[in-house]
Amino acid sequence: MNMVELIAQYPLLAALVALVGLGAPFGALLGYAAVRFRTEGNPIADQINEILPQTQCGQCGYPGCRPYAEAIANGEAINKCPPGGQATIQALADLLDVEAPVLDEEHGEEKAKTVAYIREDECIGCTKCIQACPVDAILGAAKQMHTVIASECTGCDLCVEPCPVDCIDMIPVEEGLQSWHWPLPQTASRNLDVIASDASPEERAA
Amino acid sequence: MRRIHDFHGGIHPAENKLQSLATGIRPAGIPSQLILPLAQHIGAPSQPLVSPGDRVLKGQLIASAAGHVSVPLHAPSSGQILAIEDRPVPHPSGYSAPCVVIECDGRDEWVEEPSGIRNYRACEPSALLEKIRSAGIAGMGGAGFPTAVKLAGKPGAGITTLIINGTECEPYITADDILMQERAADILAGVDIMRHILKPQEILFGIEDNKPAAIAALKTAAAGSDVEIITFPTKYPSGGEKQLIEILTGKQVPSGGLPADIGVICQNVGTAVAVRNAVIYGRPLISRITTVTGDAVTAPGNFEVLLGTPMAHLLALAGFSAEKCERLIMGGPMMGFTVSGAEVPVVKTTNCVLAPTTREMPTPPPAQPCIRCGLCAQACPASLLPQQLFWFAQGKEFDKLEQHNLFDCIECGACSWVCPSHIPLVQYYRAAKADIVKQRRDHEKSEQARLRFEARQERIAREEAEREAKRAARKQAAEKRAELAAEGGDEDPVQAAIERARARKTAQQGTAPANTPDGGVKQLAALREKLAKTEQRLALSREAGEDNKIVTALEATVQRLRDRISAAEQSPAERETP
Amino acid sequence: MTLIRISSPHAHGSDSTASVMRRVLIATVPGVIALTWFFGFGSLVNIIWASLVAVACEALALTLRRKPLGFYLQDYSALVTATLLGIALPPYAPWWLIAIGVASAILMAKHLYGGLGYNPFNPAMVGYVVLLISFPVQMTAWAPPRGLGEVPGLLQALQACFLPAQYDAVTMATPLDMVRQNNSLLLEDLWRDPLFGRWAGIGWEWVNLAFLAGGLWLLYRRVFSWHAPVAMLASLGLMAALFYDGGSSASGGSPLFHLLSGATMFGAFFIITDPVSSAVSVRGRLIFGALIGTLVYLIRAWGNYPDAVAFAVLVANFSAPFIDHYTQPRSYGHSKSGGQP
Repeated sequence: MNMVELIAQYPLLAALVALVGLGAPFGALLGYAAVRFRTEGNPIADQINEILPQTQCGQCGYPGCRPYAEAIANGEAINKCPPGGQATIQALADLLDVEAPVLDEEHGEEKAKTVAYIREDECIGCTKCIQACPVDAILGAAKQMHTVIASECTGCDLCVEPCPVDCIDMIPVEEGLQSWHWPLPQTASRNLDVIASDASPEERAA
Repeated sequence: MRRIHDFHGGIHPAENKLQSLATGIRPAGIPSQLILPLAQHIGAPSQPLVSPGDRVLKGQLIASAAGHVSVPLHAPSSGQILAIEDRPVPHPSGYSAPCVVIECDGRDEWVEEPSGIRNYRACEPSALLEKIRSAGIAGMGGAGFPTAVKLAGKPGAGITTLIINGTECEPYITADDILMQERAADILAGVDIMRHILKPQEILFGIEDNKPAAIAALKTAAAGSDVEIITFPTKYPSGGEKQLIEILTGKQVPSGGLPADIGVICQNVGTAVAVRNAVIYGRPLISRITTVTGDAVTAPGNFEVLLGTPMAHLLALAGFSAEKCERLIMGGPMMGFTVSGAEVPVVKTTNCVLAPTTREMPTPPPAQPCIRCGLCAQACPASLLPQQLFWFAQGKEFDKLEQHNLFDCIECGACSWVCPSHIPLVQYYRAAKADIVKQRRDHEKSEQARLRFEARQERIAREEAEREAKRAARKQAAEKRAELAAEGGDEDPVQAAIERARARKTAQQGTAPANTPDGGVKQLAALREKLAKTEQRLALSREAGEDNKIVTALEATVQRLRDRISAAEQSPAERETP
Repeated sequence: MTLIRISSPHAHGSDSTASVMRRVLIATVPGVIALTWFFGFGSLVNIIWASLVAVACEALALTLRRKPLGFYLQDYSALVTATLLGIALPPYAPWWLIAIGVASAILMAKHLYGGLGYNPFNPAMVGYVVLLISFPVQMTAWAPPRGLGEVPGLLQALQACFLPAQYDAVTMATPLDMVRQNNSLLLEDLWRDPLFGRWAGIGWEWVNLAFLAGGLWLLYRRVFSWHAPVAMLASLGLMAALFYDGGSSASGGSPLFHLLSGATMFGAFFIITDPVSSAVSVRGRLIFGALIGTLVYLIRAWGNYPDAVAFAVLVANFSAPFIDHYTQPRSYGHSKSGGQP
């Protein structure tokens, strides 16, 4: 029987055959491409962990950044990291392709970066802070004065609480001559908007 | 005739150079106070060697170089150290930084007649470099990179071309121009020293064609030498190191690289004079030529000024009217920065103090939206797309910024100058660059924190595992004993343990010689020997004057040994029956 | 006086957005004079009415967007859009047609996208295309040029605009229409029609030359670079030359005819040079201009519309970001392959 006749007789069958005929090779092609051009990407939790600030402070409610990264990968909210602040939330939102929420204040506020400092003459050498430090940035031994390796301190605050004599201060990292730089200019329209009275309350106060 | 190459972009701002060229170099005299920031150069700040109250003489070393990329600092005049404290320094932040403050006595006494190397050609380059290093010379064109470090270069990187930068493309500034006019021979002497150090195949002296007097002076001074004086059309920023290299050689410095990578080294004319003074006369860098100009001064001109002189002193010499001036700029109008006040000092990199009137440089109007006119892209000497960079900087799209080569931007300001919308483009780029650098640093730091955290977690886990293993081993042993006890029938396990302990003890004592009279004697001899040795060490320690603690400890040991010996001597009989 | 802290550079060139826009306005003067001479006061009335509507629309949009009026109205951008649209529209167009066109341009094409500097499409051309699609009859009614008909005076022009019902417009096909509709005559024969003038149509050739003059002045004043206009004219001329078969009835017309008729010069120097919606780099502008030139010829020769600058420009606007992406210039210190030399 002629092919054309067959198609004319059973259009449904012809359509089905055509679909399968197209589907099979294209499916094969896609499958091949998937295998051939597979990119060995980081698992998503690793990528999230890259973005988190690694303060290991636990303010998110997880015992460190890695666990929080894994929790985010499993659907936890991305706005629970105060040390990272809005920048980290934005980066996470970009990575996960979601809308960036504001920081969940329940877990703390975004503060200036700090470094722990032990008032050494008050330290009694109890080693409690050493045990609390998530990044081993405190040096010392029992009954010996302790000190913080400032360059390794993440400013997580975790050593402050356990100190029985309250001799640990969190000192904000000061902006020095070396770290100073020109800020991004206020956009012109922004300045002008202030004139046009839709300024935010802070701006009006300022 | 050498072929002059052109570079992309560039602008022609009003030159405004004539004002400050009316008179020659004038001495600025000795101010009552000199304020010397410890960081006048790129690199680690110098370490002060003096303390408040000290009297210092002109040319005396007052701060030493801290590391390789650093320079020492010398007292520009004689006087007393008033303080070493934070003072406002010339920096766009307006912050204060550590400075050595000298109260001048006006006597200007030299520390000693400095000795130079007249016959430097017979000297090793390393000796000359040492001379330059100890003179505290940092690039005088504006960047302030330690000159000795630059001249020493990377080992193995052959320098084929030495370029002397007499371009001075910034409007208003004429410090290099007047130096070339008046001291061309000094410059060429400095160039000759650098030739001896670098041994380049060619020396190119680049100068813009808007300085005919300087060109004539240089040509006369360079007659007969192989230094090529090359003039080229005036265009900003042809004095930028990378641009000048392209103009003179046609080569481009690779992105992220140094001129030395293509065998080129650039030195400013002011640096050449400083090198000459350091090598031939042994004089450290304590003064420089600075242009004071702008409509807010009535007598603009060039001054030979001691480093550390407050700008107010210089401005007063030039007839400054503060009420007309809204911004005070160190450097030129294109790349200079505003300083916090006239009390900041002139430093090694201060080529110009610009005091414009408000009319001359009005406060910029608010920026209008970018209309993508592309004038900035036409003006950019680095062939970037400033309007795209602006767009990305606003959105903080750091990846895109790097992809569009933000870090090749030399911040010359040509894009902002042409921008019809008055957008402060350079500020956007500066902020974006700093943000990217900070982000990189933060990321490095967080990476470090992550590694430490993981190492700690691992350690805790390991310790836990070890404890667990020990506990398990103990438990197993106990079970085994229990089993053995059960096997042994009626024998009490506790009794058995005691028995075992006793047996062990006996075995130990069996090896100890004290059990026998003969053994007692042996032990006594051993103790005596030990005592003798300890006493010897104690005597040695006392002689050497060692730490008290060690002496006390040794004394205690000696006492203990004596006690034991006497005990052993007294009651050998008791010891025989344990 | 306290010293201010401000980032360099401290000096600034004398150009401002307003001065750039003013120069564009000034440069349209010769073209507008030519239009007025050959076609009467229609175009002038168009421009004035369009400007009034444009300023009103701009003010409305700025008020709604809570932007300061004075600051943004100073940049003349609305006037430029209105003037360009007024020139592009047929003379003696009714007032509502112009108002709709201007409103589409200012409100839709400009402010809905974020105002000046953010519009991906040329506002004047968006307004023009909206009208061309919505009101094809009014939009294709051109007046006869001086010499072929009575040229209306100012009063008639005002009447045509504001009391269109009482005005009996005389319209005539343009040379581009004639060539487009011609399917039987050799071009040589077609050219016997007095409409065609010396090179490209009575009036049209002079109008184009006048816009060319204005454009050259803008080039001299460095308001824009030569790349896009030259690329457009070159590609249009090249296309016309390629398909000019000596003048058969199927021919699209000589290169000279294409260069000097319709909106060619106006488009080349006043429309495609709109910086906001065009490509930016030098190579990008060459490609952008060439694309428009090619598209203009394609649409003129085989498309449904006799003139094509508006459509060509909008299509090119679409591709501008893409062109920009692939024509990023080689920066200093980078080798041609994108790495380092």
